[in-house]
Parts: sequence; structure tokens; C-alpha cells
Amino acid sequence: MGVEQPKTLGSGFITTSLDKLVNWSRASSMWPMTFGLACCAIEMMATGAARFDLDRMGILFRASPRQADVIIIAGTVTKKMLPVIKTVYEQMPEPRYVIAMGACASSGGIFDTYSTVQGIDEELPVDVYIPGCPPRPEGLLYGLMKLQDKIRAERNTFGAAIGVGEVVHNEA
Amino acid sequence: MSDQAIVEKIKAKFSSEVLDVVEFRGETTVTVKKEQIVDICTFMRDDLGYNLLCDLCSVDYMGQSPRYMVVYNMYNITTKQRFRIKAPVGEDEKIDTVSTVWGTANWLEREVWDLMGIEFNNHPDQRRIMLPADWEGHPLRKDYPVQGPDREPYQGRLS
Repeated sequence: MGVEQPKTLGSGFITTSLDKLVNWSRASSMWPMTFGLACCAIEMMATGAARFDLDRMGILFRASPRQADVIIIAGTVTKKMLPVIKTVYEQMPEPRYVIAMGACASSGGIFDTYSTVQGIDEELPVDVYIPGCPPRPEGLLYGLMKLQDKIRAERNTFGAAIGVGEVVHNEA
Repeated sequence: MSDQAIVEKIKAKFSSEVLDVVEFRGETTVTVKKEQIVDICTFMRDDLGYNLLCDLCSVDYMGQSPRYMVVYNMYNITTKQRFRIKAPVGEDEKIDTVSTVWGTANWLEREVWDLMGIEFNNHPDQRRIMLPADWEGHPLRKDYPVQGPDREPYQGRLS
């Protein structure tokens, strides 16, 4: 039946709809790694707690990188901490996403010194940058929703998952 | 015992070692030569009761000679008195460790060596404590570029 469908419904129909299913499931269950570095982590905890309630969006903090989809770089990245972050990131299964939360993670912030990494994008591929010092929970929520938009706009996610081709990133 | 009496005791026992005595806002600082620092610290602990080393830090007086100053901030828990001893250390010179006098000096001297590069004779565990183990240089020195050696120096807001 799957072979017949392209003739009747046009090519690309099956992969497109599977993409939507995969994207929907990924965007609806973005599990961030529980990983805080500085004061931004306090705002991240506040975002996860009752008032802002990340759980309602299917965003549950996971304590293991093996179960996480997103890593929120919440705070200042020192050069001493960088190998740890890279290890955690490499332990995450693909597809994996990176959110740079706050000025420090995005650009080093006020810490323009020898000991601080001047933005986590020097080492990891960042999907969403959130400005603020620290960003309010609304800011983090908006950034997470932007990441959901980005995930929903991806193409060939199912094909890439079964080993056919690469994921195509479109404008959200 | 007043600080003045403590200074007199130090002067009586280590007359050739004391370089300077400064009293400022109720805090007394004695500058001594670095050669007998372990004996002086042992005397402070055993005879004058300074049984806690609050902090051991260092200053970089770049351009002066000797360039560095190691500072010992000590506290007498019984009488709740504080005292400060300083010892100048020149460039490429070493000073003896006082980790045999106060155990806490072990990590504090590691920090001084890590960030300022002052080496301590007979230190039991001379490793970096703050910076990554493979770090090169000592960042709290005045001639260390504040943004790191691998970056262009700061040129004002537009850099």
C-alpha cells in the first residue's frame, strides 16, 4: 500500500507526513539536561517550577544526558568547566539541541577575562540564543518555544532517523 | 596582649629579621625577611597563640624590587586577635612553605603558586588548584593579559 500511494497522492506525501509526526513528537517532548552553571540556573529552575511550569509543554528536566534532547547552557562557561560541558553534550543522543541562555553563555557577558569562554558557540552548535542577565522565565519560555518552532520546521527528520539523507533545516 | 607587645616579642626574638612595622586602623602588620618565615610562624603559633591562618595571599608590586609580597593573615581564636605578617619575595625566588605550621597553608600556597607563580620550598603538593591542570602562566601577575594570551588586548569599547 505504501508503494501505491505516491502514484495517487503525489510524491513526497509519505515522508512529509512522517516528518510532521516526528517533529510533533520531538517538539512536544523536549527534555532538557539538568545542568546549571550560574545565576541563570536559578531562573531556569523558576521556569521549571509551579508558576511557569515547563511540564505543561512536555519539557521535563532529565538528570541523565542519555535521556536528554536539549542542553540549556545556563550561566557562565569557564574554561575549566568547558570539557565537562562538551562531555555531557557528546553523551546526549542525536538529535540534540543547544540553547545559550543569558549573556554569558551567548558571548561571555561581563566576564571578558582569561578564564571565561567568550560564548558557548565557540565550541557547541547553538540553536537559540536568549538575551538577558539573567533572562526572566518568560524569556526562557520564549526561547524554548522558538526552538519548538525550529524543530517543527525541520524536513526529512524521519528519513534521517532511518539513515536516509540529512535533516534539512528550514526557516521557522 | 596588645599588638604592641606582640611586635616587641617578635623584635626581641627575630631582631635581624623584622624589616618594617605598620599600624593602620588598629591592624598591625610586620614585614619580615623570608629566610626564617617558618620559624617566625611557628613562634606566632606556639608562643603567641595565633592558631588559625585565616588567609595566605600575595601581592605583585611590578616594577619594584623585590617584586612580590606574601601575606600571612593569622587569628588567635582564644583572644580573638588578628595579626598580619608580610614577607617580600623577589622574582625567581622561592619562599619556604608554612604548611608544616598550619595545615591550611597547603591549599592556600597552592593557590598563590597557581595564580601568582610564587614557588614554595618543600611544599608537599605543588599542583594547580584553581585553573585547569594544563594551564600555562599565572594570571594574577600584573604582566599577564587580562583577556588571556591568545586574544587581542582590549582597545576600548569598539574592540
